[in-house]
Amino acid sequence: MCLAIPGKIIEISPDNPDMALVDVVSVRRKVDLGLLQEDRPQPGDWVLIHVGFAMSKISEQDAHDQMQTLRILGEAEAAMQEVEGYGLEDGGSGEPN
Amino acid sequence: MSLSKIMKFVDEFREPELVTKAAEEIRRLADPGRHYRLMEVCGGHTHAIYRFGLKDLLPANIELIHGPGCPVCVLPMGRIDDGLSLAEDPNVIFAAFGDMMRVPGARGSPLEHKARGMDVRIVYSPSDALKLARTNPDRHVMFFAIGFETTAPSTALTIMRAKAEGIRNFSVFCNHVTIIPAIRAILDSPDMRLDAFIGPGHVSTVIGCRPYEWIVQDEHKPIVVSGFEPLDMLQSIVMLLRQLRNGEAKVENQYKRVVPWEGNRAALRAMAEVFQLRPYFEWRGLGFISQSALRVRDAYAEWDAEQRFSVPGVRVTDPKAAQCGEVLKGVLKPHQCKLFGRECTPEHPIGALMVSSEGSCAAYYNYEHRKAAMVNILSSTA
Repeated sequence: MCLAIPGKIIEISPDNPDMALVDVVSVRRKVDLGLLQEDRPQPGDWVLIHVGFAMSKISEQDAHDQMQTLRILGEAEAAMQEVEGYGLEDGGSGEPN
Repeated sequence: MSLSKIMKFVDEFREPELVTKAAEEIRRLADPGRHYRLMEVCGGHTHAIYRFGLKDLLPANIELIHGPGCPVCVLPMGRIDDGLSLAEDPNVIFAAFGDMMRVPGARGSPLEHKARGMDVRIVYSPSDALKLARTNPDRHVMFFAIGFETTAPSTALTIMRAKAEGIRNFSVFCNHVTIIPAIRAILDSPDMRLDAFIGPGHVSTVIGCRPYEWIVQDEHKPIVVSGFEPLDMLQSIVMLLRQLRNGEAKVENQYKRVVPWEGNRAALRAMAEVFQLRPYFEWRGLGFISQSALRVRDAYAEWDAEQRFSVPGVRVTDPKAAQCGEVLKGVLKPHQCKLFGRECTPEHPIGALMVSSEGSCAAYYNYEHRKAAMVNILSSTA
């Protein structure tokens, strides 16, 4: 839950400016941009994601460093599981395993 | 022993030579005649400290005290029972983050309730709980919300969206807590003596650095908001030691690349719109702390499980032998609890500190305890 997952904005949803398609290590999921209204990210920008919401913009280098931190903390797998779980209709079952 | 041998991952990080320099600087700055007690407030830092073996890099007179910043760990057991009791109704879907699933209530964890037939779902985002409500219009979805200011804005925005869309089969059982009153409570505790704080990284992306200024003004304790890499934490310790050596107490931001001094104003606005401070809230191990938690404002009462349903208000005392409170306050080290590693293990947790990877007991067990056990086995077979 407290994971901060780095992702790259691929596109902003044409019908909802608060919704973006984000790439996290090749997994693409919808992420909510509603908490970055003061500093809206654009496609190509990197963000840190908490519980499905982009919380801050970061540099590409910091995004890579953050992913490496998660790997070494042994949390990369949990982070990917979390990302894959965003948006139930996109594949996550919502079933505890 | 070389630094890279002491510290497991030093070569895998950027600028390992800077890690070495920071460790040397800490040794230079630390006054050998003084014992330093530095509290890392955030559970993410606690995990990282054990994982990276940072303790081995520090001189013996720098003690790291693990703080209350693990939201799963500070939740009193009765709140879990209260939330689960609302989901006894077969029409209710109980949705929570995966971290909550194994946390024991007095009558079992959410996962155990699921095994007994309750409809319990893991969600990774509050917005996915709202999505469950959209796709199950005949059911009521209750999201069991936990977390500090890092997650509270996401819950707030989700409630605002539910209201805007008119989704009425959705509510939040709100357990969001705020970090500053917890720090204040720890400083007020008579058995606690601290010199300085390593400030939480991701909470501060939301609240910024300003709210820590009272620690500096009222308590004259330095605080450095820190990132999570070994270099970040070592640099933060260097910054704290410099302040202590100079007799200063300032708020400094080591994690500037992520944390703006003013925080995230959009997130703070969403929190202020939906939540108000509770007069008091119980924290596991710390007791009742005034103005330390958030409740849903009356304007959003329809999406507040506590206003919408009747909550039993269960109070459960922790098992007598468990010393979660002392460990949470940093008075005891995890392994000094009578149950540690015997009755209470990550496989069979009694206290929440043993459940979450950010809980100091689980972190200590997974890294220090297993390491010590291995050394014992090796030395007995040698």
